[in-house]
Amino acid sequence: MEGFIYPNEGIIEWDLLIVIYPYITGLVAGAFVVSSLYHVFGLGRLKTVARFSLITALAFLLVTPLPLVVHLGRPERALEMFLTPNLTSAMSVFGYIWFFYLLILVAEVWLVFRQDIIRYARTAQGTRKTVFSVLSLGVLETTDESRSVDGKLIKVLAFIGIPVAFLLHGYVGFIFGAVKANPWWSTPLMPIIFLLSAIVSGIALLIVLYLVVSRIRRATVDHRCLHFMALWLGGFLSAAVVVEGLEVFSMLYEQEESWDIIYQLITRKIATSYFGIQFVLGSLLPLIVLGATALASIQERVKTGLIFIASSLVLIGVFAMRWNVVIGGQLISKSLRGFNDFVIPLWGLNGIITTAVIFALPFILLAVFTHFIPPWQEDGQKPERKPLGLRSSGLV
Amino acid sequence: MSIKVSRRDFIKMGAGGLLGGIIVGGVPRLFTGLLNSASPVHAADGIGLEKHRWGFLCDNEKCIGCGRCVVACKKENDVPLGQQYNRTWVERYIITTDDKTFVDSPNGGYDGFQGYPPGPDVASRQVWKSFFVPKLCNQCDKPPCVTVCPVGATYKTDDGVILVDQDHCIGCRYCIQACPYGARYFLPGKRVVDKCTWCYHRINRGLIPACAEVCPVGARVFGDIDDPAGRLKQILSEKRFYVLKPELGTEPKVNYIGFEKGVY
Repeated sequence: MEGFIYPNEGIIEWDLLIVIYPYITGLVAGAFVVSSLYHVFGLGRLKTVARFSLITALAFLLVTPLPLVVHLGRPERALEMFLTPNLTSAMSVFGYIWFFYLLILVAEVWLVFRQDIIRYARTAQGTRKTVFSVLSLGVLETTDESRSVDGKLIKVLAFIGIPVAFLLHGYVGFIFGAVKANPWWSTPLMPIIFLLSAIVSGIALLIVLYLVVSRIRRATVDHRCLHFMALWLGGFLSAAVVVEGLEVFSMLYEQEESWDIIYQLITRKIATSYFGIQFVLGSLLPLIVLGATALASIQERVKTGLIFIASSLVLIGVFAMRWNVVIGGQLISKSLRGFNDFVIPLWGLNGIITTAVIFALPFILLAVFTHFIPPWQEDGQKPERKPLGLRSSGLV
Repeated sequence: MSIKVSRRDFIKMGAGGLLGGIIVGGVPRLFTGLLNSASPVHAADGIGLEKHRWGFLCDNEKCIGCGRCVVACKKENDVPLGQQYNRTWVERYIITTDDKTFVDSPNGGYDGFQGYPPGPDVASRQVWKSFFVPKLCNQCDKPPCVTVCPVGATYKTDDGVILVDQDHCIGCRYCIQACPYGARYFLPGKRVVDKCTWCYHRINRGLIPACAEVCPVGARVFGDIDDPAGRLKQILSEKRFYVLKPELGTEPKVNYIGFEKGVY
C-alpha cells in the first residue's frame, strides 16, 4: 500500500483468474476471425489453417466460462446469470452471447467436418465407429446437393459468427470500459482495444500452434499460408498499438484530475509490464520483426523462426495488456490518492497453479479434437488421421 | 400394439406438456405474489416504505474523529473486524502549509485517531489545517452498483436504499468495481458482497442508523428528505452542502457540510 486507499480497497478482488478470462476469450475471437477470412471472405491462402482455426476457437470457447465460475464467491449460484439476469448488466449478457456463439461454432464445426465424420463412421471399427456414428447424427448419406447446402450453411454461419465474435470480445472490453468509477478503465475505446488485441492474439496463437503442430506431425510448413497470417498479424497489431497508444495519449493531453495517478501507475507501478512487455517486447519488436520478414530477403527457415518468435512475443504482450488493464486498474485507489499492492498467490483457487491448469485445458481439448477430427487438408492428399504425440513426432 | 406418433405430433405434445407444466407451476406463485403486493410494508410510523425518501448528512465541521460510529456500526451489523471490512469509516485530512494533502484512516477510524503524526511525510511539515470526513454508502439515486449486478442481487428499495440480497449474490464483485466510493466489500465467510444499508432494519422501526445514534457531536444526521419539518431538511435549508464525486452522475444521497477541495 502506498499513499491513501479507501479502507475497503485493501484486497484486489479481480485477480489472476480474471486476467486470463479476457485473454482466453480474445484467443477465441482471433482464431475465429482467421477461419472466417477463409470461409466468408474466400482468402484461399488460409485454407491450410482454416479448419484448424475453427476447432481452436471451439476448444478455447469451451473453457472461457471456467475462470469466471471458479472466481465466483458462490460458484453454485453461477446459473443465476441465466435464470435471473439483470439485463442492464454487461456481465449478465455475457452468458447469452457466449451460449449463442457456442451454438454457431458447434454447428459450423460439425458442417465443416461432416464429410470426414461420415467417412470415419463408415471405415472405422469398434468404439471409434460408434463415436463417429453418433457424431454423424445418423446421417451417413450425402449427395452433391446436400454438400452444396452444407457449404452455403457454413458460409452463413461463419458470416453470422463474425459479428457475434466481435460482440463477445467487444463486450469484454465494455465490462471494463463502462466502469466510470475507475479512471484507468473508463474509456469508450476499451471495447475496440480489446477487440483488436483479441484478433492479434488469436492470429499469433494460430501461427505458434501451426508451427509447433507441423513440427510434431513432421509436416511441411505451408509458407504461403504462414506469410499471409504474419501479414495479417502485422496489420492488426499496428492498428492495436495505435489505438492503445491513443487512449493514453488523450489521457495525457486532457490532463484530467485522474491523470496524476495514472501517470504514476504506468511510469512506476506497472512500468515493466506496460512499457516493457506490452509495448516494446509485445508490440514494437514483433512489428519490426514481422516487417523484416515481409520485406527483407531472408532464408525461408530463418523467416519461419522469426515469425514464430514474433508471434510468441505478441502472445506474451497481449497477456501483459490484460494484466495491465485488470490488475493495473485495481492498483489505483478510487480516492486517487494511493496504490494498492498485489501479490499473486501460488496456491489456492486464485493462484498461479489453478490458473495454469485452466489455461492448459483448451490446449488439451484441442489435442483431443485434432486427434478425432484431423483438420489438416494438404493439397493432393486426403486428410488422414495420424495420432498426435511425441512418439510419432520422432522427438523421442 | 404400437402407437404411431409422427415427429410433428411428438413435438406438439411435448410443447403442450411444457406449457401446461408452466401454467400449473406458475399460477400459485402468481397468486401469492399478487397477495403480497396487495399488502404493502409499512414503516414504524405507519407510512408505506415508498412514501419515504431517506437522506443523510455528514457535518465535517462537527466530526471529531472519535470513531464511535465505526464501532457501533460493526457491532450493530456484524461487520468483521479488520481494516478491509467497513460499512462506514472516518478519514482524516491533514493539509500542510506547503499545500500537500495527507489522508489516512487507520483501521477505518475504529480506534479513533490516536497516533500523530500519521507518517514521516507529515512530521517534517507544518500543518495548515486538519479535519475529519465520515464516509458511508451514499445510497445513490442512480446507483452504478445496481446497474452492473448480473443477477439483480443488489437493488434499490422503494424508499431509495440500496440493499444486497445475500442469498442471491453470486460473489462476482462487479459491484465493488463499479462503486466509486469504495463502500462495498467482500464478506469472507459468506463469500458475498456486503455494504452499508443505513441500518435498514432500524429505520423501518422508526429508529435512526446506529452510527447517527451514537455520534456524540451530531455530525451524522439521518432523516426524510421529503419531510419539511424534519431536522435533516431544516439543516439542509440553512447550510451550503455538497456531495462526493458529483461529476459521475450517481446522485449521492449523503450530503456533506464543510466540504474541502481534494475530498473525494
